[in-house]
Amino acid sequence: MLFSEATPSGFFFLAPWLVFAPVIGLLINIIFGGRFSEKVIGTVASLASGASFIVSVLLAWSLAAGGGHAVSVPFAEWMHIGSLELDWTFRVDSLSTTMMLVVSGVGTLIHIYAIGYMHEDVRFKNDLGRFRRFFVFLNLFIAAMMILVSGDSYLMLFVGWEGVGLCSFLLIGFWYEMDTLGRPSWANSNAGNKAFITNRVGDFGFLIAGFIMFWAFGSFQFDEVFEAARTVAPGIIVAITLFMLIGVAGKSAQIPLYVWLPDAMAGPTPVSALIHAATMVTAGVYLVTRSAELYMLVPQAQYIVAMTGAVTALFAATIAVGQYDIKKVLAYSTISQLGFMVAAVGMGAFVAGMFHLVTHAFFKALLFLSAGSVILGLERGHHHLAHAQHDDHGKGRKGKKDSHHEDEVFDPGDMRNMGGLRKTMPVTFWLYMIGTLALAGIFPFAGFWSKDEILADALKEGFTGVYWLLSIAAFFTAFYMGRQIWMVFFGEARHEAAAHAEESPRVMTVPLMVLAFLSVVGGALNLPGMHTLTLWLEHTIEVHAGEFVMSVAVISTLLALAAILLSWFIYGRDPLKAGQPDPLKKPLGFLFTGMENKWFVDEGYFAIVIGPFKRISQFLADVIDWRFWHDFVHDTVIAGAYNWFSNIALNRYADQQGIDAFANWLGSATKSLSATMRRVQNGFVRSYALSVLLGVVLIVGYLILK
Amino acid sequence: MIPINYYIILSAVLFTIGTLGVLTRRNALIIFMSVELMLNAANLAFVAFARAREIATGQPLFDGQIFVFFVIAVAAAEVAVGLALIVEIFKSKRSIDVDQMSSMKG
Repeated sequence: MLFSEATPSGFFFLAPWLVFAPVIGLLINIIFGGRFSEKVIGTVASLASGASFIVSVLLAWSLAAGGGHAVSVPFAEWMHIGSLELDWTFRVDSLSTTMMLVVSGVGTLIHIYAIGYMHEDVRFKNDLGRFRRFFVFLNLFIAAMMILVSGDSYLMLFVGWEGVGLCSFLLIGFWYEMDTLGRPSWANSNAGNKAFITNRVGDFGFLIAGFIMFWAFGSFQFDEVFEAARTVAPGIIVAITLFMLIGVAGKSAQIPLYVWLPDAMAGPTPVSALIHAATMVTAGVYLVTRSAELYMLVPQAQYIVAMTGAVTALFAATIAVGQYDIKKVLAYSTISQLGFMVAAVGMGAFVAGMFHLVTHAFFKALLFLSAGSVILGLERGHHHLAHAQHDDHGKGRKGKKDSHHEDEVFDPGDMRNMGGLRKTMPVTFWLYMIGTLALAGIFPFAGFWSKDEILADALKEGFTGVYWLLSIAAFFTAFYMGRQIWMVFFGEARHEAAAHAEESPRVMTVPLMVLAFLSVVGGALNLPGMHTLTLWLEHTIEVHAGEFVMSVAVISTLLALAAILLSWFIYGRDPLKAGQPDPLKKPLGFLFTGMENKWFVDEGYFAIVIGPFKRISQFLADVIDWRFWHDFVHDTVIAGAYNWFSNIALNRYADQQGIDAFANWLGSATKSLSATMRRVQNGFVRSYALSVLLGVVLIVGYLILK
Repeated sequence: MIPINYYIILSAVLFTIGTLGVLTRRNALIIFMSVELMLNAANLAFVAFARAREIATGQPLFDGQIFVFFVIAVAAAEVAVGLALIVEIFKSKRSIDVDQMSSMKG
């Protein structure tokens, strides 16, 4: 089946293997993984993901060789009911192959990195079952993401959409019985629930959009929908696109549904990098780009999308400034960068959005994985320290107790515990630097080109407000990344563990180097004047080459440099000492308190949505269901009426005075009748003979006298 | 020649005596004898009617007489069974008073 549909030219028949390669990988790990060592499990999973990448490359190559015309690869009939025909068809076009390459390429690198990372995770404790489960989930994610990007219809896209949501949930709560430091707690599990439930809200929007789409067009298939969309009232398109935006806000962490993404950092760092930075969260951007033809029809919806993205970009960037956890900063940065992408695709700058998606996948994966390397480096230093302490105290119990006590309070992800890591972890430092420069948008790193294209397009399309919001967000981006660099890598170690931090092994740093290389040269994908990506995507969506505007580039670069300089002035010139509060705390006052506490959005949601929701639930459960329905309706009304009916009406009257009385009468009547009759049967033969005689006399008398 | 009515009246008297004997006497043997009396009253009636018809029609037909022989044979068998029963009852009750035999159990 998989091979039989070979087309004469190209490798398009391989498309199903995008999904089936990782599925086979995870099946091997599920079935035989029990006998494998860590290395084998990791290798199988990485090879499966790598196979998916090779298929993506072959597809992209075939597509380019064939002139870039979209190819549909029918794979299976899903359901045919009457005129409703839902098939699983793979769509290979320039947009989907771009996503495939990013997902499987970055995904494979992260698989390799995870082999090293998971081994060293403090929570791992040589539990091979957990190790295997992790890679099974990772492969499942790749498979689901491939279904998402390769689907030929909104329905298959939704299947993948839900699949990646599930994997996200499973992996955020991967250490479900402990918190990020390995202490018993429900924190991770709650974070997983939060992500899942928030995404349900978004998926609800997507579903409604799908329902309207099917109602209006009778199809989910991309081409058919776009064809039909030109002929219907714009109101319907507005409804579809705006409901779709709710889905985008959920999956791509935009206002107002972004709150799950920072908590999602509870998952292992490779998960944060793969799912919550590079690939899954960009699904919303992909969705808008895929629906470009719908959004182009309704400028009002486009404007709302663009503003949502721009406001999110700035809002999240301000929060990132006030965070202390190395991964939380990156999480808010991701939300902010996703805001850039959503703003771009909202403005109709689909190429710029996709361009930023690709480069962001490179440098944000790099930053997250480097942050994981930093955390593990501190972990190693801490471990080293605990051992030294243990040796100092001899073999006495006291020393052991002390080090255990310290285990509980030391947070290796807290930037206030870091400092001076430049010397102890040089490789990670340089990798992190590259990622930071790329994210801050410094020439000539990848982020510079993609971000500038977005800003230039914003001006060209006339979205001035969006341009300013994004520019300020870019300033904040450079500032919080500078702050992070100064706090983590420069100055003096603020904790013993940081002083003893150790560099990560090759299996972790080599994939990082590949990502760093891509972060440096990623801009070449769509250099001004060459427009490789524009020409490539042109085959799928209607786009026009963005122009390179020197003034925009200069302004944004100056802003970024100024921000980095400012961050040096505040954090670099006079490094933070151990226990010292953030130097911004005093001058900014309540503003910094707001940033530190994420502008109290979680608390606000709790007060506005979750609290009332819980109260309503409590009211419904306690008052309506229990007291009214159970106690009153059931116990009093129904049970009472039933009791009365059975006790009084049925028991006393119908049964006792009706049926019972009749039965008793029947009994006593029979009894008295037999009491009379039994006198006849006295046992005396002569009396019987007499009655026979009388009978004979009667009969004969009758016969004679007749 | 004795008219037939005389035989019939004698038969009725004998039957009535037998019936009264069965109804009034308590001794099982007497009851048996009374039953024999009733049977023989019937025999007498059979024979008398048979003779009367022979005279009336002039043809000798022996239906009545043959019935009488049957009745005598049946009566003999009855007596054989009845006397055996009475002997058995006497063995268990030491009495042949029929009023004492009012219960179903032996």
